[in-house]
Parts: sequence; C-alpha cells; structure tokens
Amino acid sequence: MKTLNKPAFRRLRPAAFALLLTALPFALEQASSYFTHIAISILIFAILALSLNVIIGYAGIFALGHAAFFGIGAYTAALLMMKGELSFWLALPAAAVAAGLFGVLLGLAGIRLRGDYLAIVTLGFGEIVRLVFVNGGKVTNGPMGIPGIPAPDLFGYALTRKTEFYFLALLLLLFTVFVIYRVVHSGIGLSLMTIREDETLADSIGISPVRFKVFAFALGAFFAGAAGAFWASYISYISPDTFRYLDSVNILAMVIVGGIASIPGSVLGAAVMVLAPELLRFVNDYRMLLLGLAIVLMMMFRPEGIWSEKRRRVHVYRQSER
Amino acid sequence: MFLQQLANGLTIGMIYALIALGYTLVYGILKFVNFAHGDIYMIGSFIGLFLIERLHMPLIPAFVTAAVATAIIGMIIERVAYRPLRTADRIVPLISALGVSIFLSSLAQKLWGTGTHPFPASFGSVTYNVGGLIFSQIQLLILVLSFALMIGLHLFVTRTRIGTALRATSLSITNAQLMGIDTNRIISLAFAIGSALAAVAGIMVGIYYNAVYPTMGYMAGINAFTAAVLGGIGSIPGAMLGGLLFGVIENFTGAYISTPFQSVITFSVLIVVLLIKPTGILGKKEILKV
Repeated sequence: MKTLNKPAFRRLRPAAFALLLTALPFALEQASSYFTHIAISILIFAILALSLNVIIGYAGIFALGHAAFFGIGAYTAALLMMKGELSFWLALPAAAVAAGLFGVLLGLAGIRLRGDYLAIVTLGFGEIVRLVFVNGGKVTNGPMGIPGIPAPDLFGYALTRKTEFYFLALLLLLFTVFVIYRVVHSGIGLSLMTIREDETLADSIGISPVRFKVFAFALGAFFAGAAGAFWASYISYISPDTFRYLDSVNILAMVIVGGIASIPGSVLGAAVMVLAPELLRFVNDYRMLLLGLAIVLMMMFRPEGIWSEKRRRVHVYRQSER
Repeated sequence: MFLQQLANGLTIGMIYALIALGYTLVYGILKFVNFAHGDIYMIGSFIGLFLIERLHMPLIPAFVTAAVATAIIGMIIERVAYRPLRTADRIVPLISALGVSIFLSSLAQKLWGTGTHPFPASFGSVTYNVGGLIFSQIQLLILVLSFALMIGLHLFVTRTRIGTALRATSLSITNAQLMGIDTNRIISLAFAIGSALAAVAGIMVGIYYNAVYPTMGYMAGINAFTAAVLGGIGSIPGAMLGGLLFGVIENFTGAYISTPFQSVITFSVLIVVLLIKPTGILGKKEILKV
C-alpha cells in the first residue's frame, strides 16, 4: 500500500504545499493580525537568509554585514518613494540594484583578502553603513529614522491589509528561490562551490575567484536590497536600529541553523529563528539565554544544520563518476 | 593639544591592545575568532565591580581576583563550547562563539539588569601634570598597568618553557603534540591569559568611564578585534601595535574630525591597510598550497 501511495503523494505534495501557503494567511487573519506579521517576517527573513547563503554557503565567504544591504535597500526605496515620489514597483528594483552595486563595491574591496580578513571588512562595511544612516542628517533623518513610508499602490489601490503584504512577500520569496536555485544549479554554482572548497585550486584551473566572489556579493546584496525595500514599505517606518551587527548575526544564524548551502535550509532556518523567540515567550526573561544555549548545543549535535546540503553533494559526485 | 590627544588615544589604545591580545592568542593557535571575547571582557568588568562594591575589596586584590575568576570562566567556555568542535568545519565553532556571546550578555542582563552601573569612586579626581600633559590617576594606572602586563606577557611568551610551548603550538598543533606538548592545556592557557587580560581591561574601563553595562563588550570587542586584524591577527606584538594605533586614530578622529564618524574612519583605515597589506601590519604572509 505504502509503495503504491508514495508516487501519488509525491505528485500531490507541491500542490498541497501551495494550497497550504495560500490558505495560511486567511486562517492567520482570523486568529490575529500579529500571526500574519510573523508569517511575513519569516518570508522576508527567508529572502535575507537565502541571499546571504549565496555568499556564505556557495562562495564560502564569512560575511558579517548582511544587514547593511537590507538597510541600503530599505533606505533607497524609502527615499525614492518619498522624495522622488516613485512608485513602489519601480523603487523596489531600484533599491535592489543599488544594494547590488554596494555588493559589487564590497566584493571589489575584498579582492586581495581571504577568510577572516574578509569577514572583518564586511563587518566594518556594516558598521559604516549603519553610521551613515545614523549621521545622515536630513537625508536619513538620523537615529529617528524615516516614518510614513507609503504602502505599495496597485493601480490606484493601496495595499494595506497584512494578508495582501503576505502574498507580495510570498511572490518575492518565490522569485528569489527561483533565481537563486537556477544560479546555484548552473555552472556558476559549481564554480562558486569550487572556490569555497579551495580558492587556490579554483584559481589554478581557470575559475577567477575575484569575478565569482564579486558576483556572489552582488547577487546576495541584490535580494537583500529587495527585501529591504519591501520591509520599508510594509512597516512604513525604518530606523538604523533594524540594521545593526546583531541583525547580521541573526541572519547568519538562520543560514547556519537551517543548513549551509541549502535552499530549503535557509527558509527553514528563517522560520525557526523568527519563531523561536516567539515560542520562548513563556520563559520571557530567559529566552535570549536559552537561544544562546540552543545555538551552542545545535553546533555540538547537529553542526550541519536542520536541512543539510548532503543530498546535493551525492548528486554532483555521481554525475562526475560516470 | 596634539600631545594631549595622543596621550588620551594611547590610554584607550592600551585597553584595545589588552582585549586584542585575547583575540590574537587564541587565533594564533586555533585560527578561530572568539566572538564571545567582548562579552568575557564585560563579565570581567562586572566581577571587578562586584568585588569592589559589594565585598569592599581594595583595588589590587580585586584586579587579581577578577582576573583569575574570568580566566577560569574563559577556560570553562573553551572546554564546553569550543573544544568538542575543534575537528568540525571552521564555521561551526564561530557560530558556537556567537551563541556563547548571546548567552553571556543575556546572563549579565539577568544578573545585573540592563542599566548602567557606576563604579564606586575608588580614585580621586587628582590629576597630574607631566610636562604640560594632564593625566588623571586612572589614566596613569591604565598606561602603567597595561604596559607592565604587555611586557610581562612578552617575557612569558619568549623566555619561559611554557611560553615556548605556546609558540610551538601556534606554529603547528600536530608537531607540538609530537614534541610532547600537551596542546589542550596550552589552548586552555591561551584562553585563560586572554580572559584575564580582558578582565583587567574591563575593570580599568569601568573606572575610566565610570560605567559598566551588559552591552559594553559589543563595541569594545569589535574595535579590539579590528585592532588585532589591523596589527596582523595571530601576532602578539601586532595586537599591541594595532590596539594602540586604533586607539590613537579613533581619538584623533573624535578630536579633529567628527565624533559620530569615529568608527567610519577607523574602519576605513582598516580596509585601506588590508588592501595594501592583506595580512595586517605585522602579520605573516601565508603560503597557500592546494
């Protein structure tokens, strides 16, 4: 019986999954709009985790300033929409491109650097960006941040309900997954992984580490910027406080907890890291304490993350064995 | 004015150097960035505060007790959170360190609250005029004590048997083991020394700024780590030089350019230095092999 049902179940699984994702916000809406907010947070952090995963998981660069790209996207979109009176649908790609350009810049700054030295440069970059937000005078409105960012407008209809934002975020996530999946399952992905495994080796067989690292930064920053643009419009208020070093670490933790170089892992990691503090509310005072402990324990007993890369590896090796 | 700013910069630079030594000692052996080091420094500061405020300990015994206690905490952390992960992928202990960092800072918030604690005035407001430069007592203490500790560490590392073992271990753990060195004990020692130095730095900062708070380790940790990288991480003289340089640059930026952009300038200097010399000022060039 089991063997008979399995293929049918397999075919139905994506459909069931799609149905669940579509029905979910309506169910959440009934319960509390706060639940919808958490669902949206998971979707957006999933985009951030996926985009960082390109840099850390595939290019093997330990980057500690990912929140900066998120921030650049958010501020660019907010300023374009408010000062430039651009529509959200133009501001979002513009913000993504702006963040992507900063990604290229950071990639180029790190040309000669490896490992921990590159990590500290990304950390420094994150700090610099945050300080520019804090001290940007009238442009960024300093530590107060920018309030009153308009909601996306769809042919004269402004998106205001959380459920609508949920679907927009879902579309954004699906697009991100699609593009990143295609990229990492292409020759570029293999080149990136070669660099991750051994940079010197990659260089010696004609894979330019610089080119691909810059590409990884650009791609990662692009999607983080898009997530930032969405976030700015959704929350309608941004301040430098959302884009600190700790937020970068949080995104990093999502990638690691989910499983490095794994697309479902990043999404899962985002869900776990957004839900964990919420679920730990009953131990209110101790929740950060427990979170720290949980991370240490996770590294001891399951360092490869919840949904690890293994399957993919087996697949790649088999092909090369033939 | 210029010399006074230089002196102020050197004071804070000494603090950075002491913390940076903790990063570099561990990195030199394990190639591992102990992200929880800033929080160890914070814990050290709180222990010092506790000893002086609650137990009314005189300053010198308080320094010694806090250093020993923090060294033990550092060793326990290494034993529990890092040692089991030594053979794992490099990123695994890093994440574990981030977990420890979150744990320590929330533990401190739990124990001492989120507020800022003033240090009991164990120092008068007496200032000394040394050749036209004005030093407060605590400033002199920082300069003298830090300098003494660094000289002591240098002599320990270069002149003693254990120091030689430490250097051997940082060259190659495997080879050191083959020479009969108990490398686990050496690694524990590196954590102990680093944590003790951080505790001393933490107490001195607490007195200097008259403030101890649970998140104080964050910026100090980042700055000291940056200083260690600037000087060449893994190199002990590099950490000292990097720390002093970082403190001086930061102070000059604050005095002559702008305070809000202090970190922007220091990080820009770091990026420029790394672009010119990718392994930091005194760092050794790595030989890359496939």
